[in-house]
Amino acid sequence: MIRFDHMTVTYSEQSSPVLRDVDLLVEEGELVLVVGPTGAGKSTFLGTVNGLVPHFSGGTLAGRVTVGGRDTRAHRPRDLADLVGVVSQDPLAGFVTDTVEEELAYGMEQLAIAPDVMRKRVEETLDLLGVADLRDRPLHQLSGGQQQRVAIGAVLTTHPRVLVLDEPTSALDPTAAEEVLATITRLVHDLGVTVLLAEHRLERVVQYADRIVEIHRNGRVTYGPPALVLATSAVAPPVVELGRLAGWEPLPLSIRDARRSARHLRQRLPAEGREPVRGRTGGTPVLRARNVVVRYGPTVAVGGVEVELDAGRVTALMGRNGSGKSSLLWALQGSGPRHAGTVTVDAPGRPGGLDPARLPAGEARRLVGLIPQTPTDLLYLDTVAAECRQADLEAAGAGDDRSSGVPALQLLEELAPGIDPLAHPRDLSEGQRLALVLAIQLTAAPPVLLLDEPTRGLDYRSKEHLGAVLGRLAAGGRSVVVATHDVEFAAKVADRVIVMAAGDLVADGSAVDILTASPAYAPQVAKILAPAHYLTVDQVATALRSTSP
Amino acid sequence: MPRNLHPVAWWIWALGLAAAVSRTTNPVLLGLVLAVLGLVVANRRSEAPWARAFKYYMFLALTVVAIRVVFRSVFGGDISTTMMHVWFRLPSVPLPSWAAGVQLGGPVTAEGTFSALYDGMMLGCMLACVGAANALANPKRALRVLPGALYELGVAVVVALTVAPQLVESVQRVHRARKLRGRSGLGWHALREIAIPVLQDALERSLRLAAAMDSRGYGRTGAAPTPVRRLTAGLMVTGMCGLCLGTFGLLDASTSRTVALPALVTGTVVSVAGLALGGRRVRRSRYRPDPWSGPEWGVVLSGLAPLVVLWSGVGSSLIGLNPSTFPLTWPSLPVVPALAVLVAALPAVISPPPFRAIDPSRCAAVTARPNRSEGADTGSGRLEVPA
Repeated sequence: MIRFDHMTVTYSEQSSPVLRDVDLLVEEGELVLVVGPTGAGKSTFLGTVNGLVPHFSGGTLAGRVTVGGRDTRAHRPRDLADLVGVVSQDPLAGFVTDTVEEELAYGMEQLAIAPDVMRKRVEETLDLLGVADLRDRPLHQLSGGQQQRVAIGAVLTTHPRVLVLDEPTSALDPTAAEEVLATITRLVHDLGVTVLLAEHRLERVVQYADRIVEIHRNGRVTYGPPALVLATSAVAPPVVELGRLAGWEPLPLSIRDARRSARHLRQRLPAEGREPVRGRTGGTPVLRARNVVVRYGPTVAVGGVEVELDAGRVTALMGRNGSGKSSLLWALQGSGPRHAGTVTVDAPGRPGGLDPARLPAGEARRLVGLIPQTPTDLLYLDTVAAECRQADLEAAGAGDDRSSGVPALQLLEELAPGIDPLAHPRDLSEGQRLALVLAIQLTAAPPVLLLDEPTRGLDYRSKEHLGAVLGRLAAGGRSVVVATHDVEFAAKVADRVIVMAAGDLVADGSAVDILTASPAYAPQVAKILAPAHYLTVDQVATALRSTSP
Repeated sequence: MPRNLHPVAWWIWALGLAAAVSRTTNPVLLGLVLAVLGLVVANRRSEAPWARAFKYYMFLALTVVAIRVVFRSVFGGDISTTMMHVWFRLPSVPLPSWAAGVQLGGPVTAEGTFSALYDGMMLGCMLACVGAANALANPKRALRVLPGALYELGVAVVVALTVAPQLVESVQRVHRARKLRGRSGLGWHALREIAIPVLQDALERSLRLAAAMDSRGYGRTGAAPTPVRRLTAGLMVTGMCGLCLGTFGLLDASTSRTVALPALVTGTVVSVAGLALGGRRVRRSRYRPDPWSGPEWGVVLSGLAPLVVLWSGVGSSLIGLNPSTFPLTWPSLPVVPALAVLVAALPAVISPPPFRAIDPSRCAAVTARPNRSEGADTGSGRLEVPA
């Protein structure tokens, strides 16, 4: 179906190719998973399939890519629109019309498909994706999962033979992501569509893949059956890592297979998960929130939340999209609206504590630092060094001795070594940009640090690194809160997990208790080793070391 | 059966009424037109956001009237007030001789004020007509009926309409994020701190949209050869000039009709030829185009009725349509034009009620919890395979 014939892609401003000598054949009806570290060229690889690379992106493509017999050199993306459907990471950015039904018809209108056929296909697609009840709804009113399903439907109506999806679930909560992935697998099985799918969180999709393309940092690719590629790959989901650790053969890819192989391992491990999960135990509360209410018009985003945040602990704030996580974080920081309730943060020399919302912005950030969902909103200068200098000025600006006194550039070097200070912030990778914003916020030395969805777009290694950084910050006596959808990340970093739903706290407890309690929020290791209470591969490794003499 | 009327029908109706209004300064007739507009809008507008536009157009109309009256009183004070009813005198400022003809302050007369009021009402009424069309017709669906040659233009406008709210949202987000760095002041720095992230964001978003549109086949039919494109452009420009000249001539009473009408007709023909030539290369189909049937004809005719009656001058004298303000007289109600304006109220009954795209009860549920439970609708995943 898709033939890459010694393809090499080079962008004009770069000396070395992004993709080097890619030579592979994707058969019809396969689900191909594209994996690799951030910035390795996954999006470039996907872009070559419908000609966006190089027709739209620029750069040079040597070799040849043919899709369904059509050469992408001679066919622009629009000429391949009837053959290849492309779904991007952010569905809202790709919508052209404003209601579900019109969006589904848009592609067909461009292909001049007869009106009666269009009508029929729109109806079929509405049913296929289970969005028939949303047909007249404005697209921006839909939830993230619904938007992504509409985006998939919008390319399906032209009956493409190939579907290219670039991280379609990265912005979705676990349940919505499951829903989208279930839709994709159904398309593969029922319609025989060839699917190319890039995804960071392999744990969600690896079991559905027929083949895996792994893109390495040097631009080379490995192509083969999942079990084979993952046995040696740099990125692997927890289930595979556990398999490697336990030496299972063949390597299990799904929870079901892993549970079968794990029978023996479960017996060897101490059944009771009471071994200390984290070295850090509960400290004293530094932030107390009472009855916090946030409303948007008639909508109650946060409905009377009571929470205390302890020093020296990492708390994961979880819950589906729109459950009020962001609103709560902004209200705790004081910059966002808070319609009722109190927030007090311990401050030296103030016995009663201070309310950050009542302080000027420059003072509030010394009590509570927040990294918003789009960290780039905070950046506006040309170079990393200039941003850091500005941050130092801001920290010194309020002119008291509570700032850390550590220059931002030095903090950044500790968080993410090796960033060129003269680079433009937009040219950094996602992980490096996050580190830059983190360094900027840390110059104010806030005792409470809140991060809103920091793992978006991060690969396993960046997440590992971020987890370690957050652990260090907590060990230094800070209280860290991470709002995240990423169960595996929460399992790695969190001491405590809070689950929100519809503006309320529905669960609050230690990470082990909460994450092993419900299947939706259980990490893979917990699912495989239940009823033993383990969350991560590292814990299992430690336990194995201690049991084996 | 409730359905949305063809947007073009609403526009013809409203523009017909506006053109009729341009012939009269009779406050009674103008009041009647406003009443008709209000009735139709109240009866036939939908729940959509643009349906609230009428209110803002009415504010705009009132502003126009107020400005007209105030300016007339302040700057246009009557020099000779013989036979006029002077209400009061504003303090007059003597102006140098080069400003002859302009007067600041002076006597404010009943005649002058009413003449300004009637003129203002006419302008305001025309604005209200446009406002009614905006409130009744979905602007995006109206753009869909553009001829194929103008399709790209229509898409650009639709995208702009969609992107504008996103830009506002983006500004709010960045503004809020600034506070996190302890920066809340305004001024030059604030502009830079907000503008750069917002513009970068907007640029990235538009690139993503462009990539998505390209991948979905936008602009697939390709560009026409250069000579054809030049011919199309030439025809369009000539046609537009003819249209402008003709319209101006018709609306301006001092130009002879023998010049205006041929110019209008030629302009129309040339423009249509240009559009047809430009649209020939376009191969595209339209999903569920709005139907054009009985109610559309009814609405169009009811809008054209006052236009025809007022422009032909049937059943009314010039003085009936434009009541004298010097000497000041009570405006009379010309019966035939009044009946014609009342005909324009028929759409309130004969047009189908608007299709409520969003069930109000469901709408409330949605606003209460904007991101409804993802899990709640998993049950609807049906397994049906398109043929």
